[in-house]
Amino acid sequence: MDVLRIGKFEVTNRLFVGTGKYATHELMQQALAASACQVVTVAVRRERLVDKEGRSLLDFLDLSKYIILPNTAGCFTADDAIRVSLLGRDLLEKQGNKGAGWVKLEVLGDKKTLLPDPVGTLEATKELVKEGFTVLAYTSDDPRSAVRIKEAGAASVMPAGSPIGSGQGILNPLNISLCLELLKENDRGFPVIVDAGVGTASDVTIAMEIGADGVLLNTGIAHAKDPAKMATAMRHALDAGRLAYQSGRIPKKRYATASSPFEGVISYIPGE
Amino acid sequence: MLIKVNGQDKEVPEGSNILSLLDAFKLTPDKVAVELNRRLVKTALYGNALESGDQVEIVTFVGGG
Repeated sequence: MDVLRIGKFEVTNRLFVGTGKYATHELMQQALAASACQVVTVAVRRERLVDKEGRSLLDFLDLSKYIILPNTAGCFTADDAIRVSLLGRDLLEKQGNKGAGWVKLEVLGDKKTLLPDPVGTLEATKELVKEGFTVLAYTSDDPRSAVRIKEAGAASVMPAGSPIGSGQGILNPLNISLCLELLKENDRGFPVIVDAGVGTASDVTIAMEIGADGVLLNTGIAHAKDPAKMATAMRHALDAGRLAYQSGRIPKKRYATASSPFEGVISYIPGE
Repeated sequence: MLIKVNGQDKEVPEGSNILSLLDAFKLTPDKVAVELNRRLVKTALYGNALESGDQVEIVTFVGGG
């Protein structure tokens, strides 16, 4: 079994799938099932106090099957991210879900780019670790920020492939691979999960091929024309990338190397 | 007395607590988490009386990435 360990948490499927932006709860359920994911992310929001007739997300998630990973999306200060983390943990404790105690930390800079604020992320990481959280910190693909967040006590660092929901894929594979190299130096098991920006299956494969331990995505599935089919594609893409990484790819070479031997050819060879 | 619930002014009887508030909104304590004046309130303390001017946040999970 290819187990991924993040602090005290253990998961056997490396695709983390968000629950936002599906047209219906039923489509979400189908997509989650097709993705074979074990971890699903959720957001913490005010309860609707008027015209509360629609059922809540919790009614559509099998809490005995999924490990819920609450996020702090929508937080622009460390203080708010800590408040939201505490609320999320409390809710999961009440539900008896295994996800009580970890958090996908997002401290964002502005509403337009949704890019992470590195200083706020660092502050919140330190506080949440003190509060006993297993922190999975969303960050940019800047390798030095990633290292600082790890040093602050994060259990996992989650560099962005590209802006949240942009579908632009992995814009800077070099930076992601440098994040991986620095974060895993003398600590091979340190989990690095590429988060945000996935548009299609090959983006997931690329992240896994360069050595990421997992991929977190939402919009790429939720806004596909056929979310369940795209979820299936993402599942296979993850496996393809993971297997390719584990297999050890060939180096890229400038010139061709023939797969069929030249020895014994009956043909004219230029230059010989 | 006047308190704020999820950012909205709300008139509640003296002696109200989080339990009575949740009941008024037809919410069950185990499906929500509650903050009082920006601090998490554990379920065991939902019976404590609220005070005028208190700010209450009642939250739950929604879809998110």
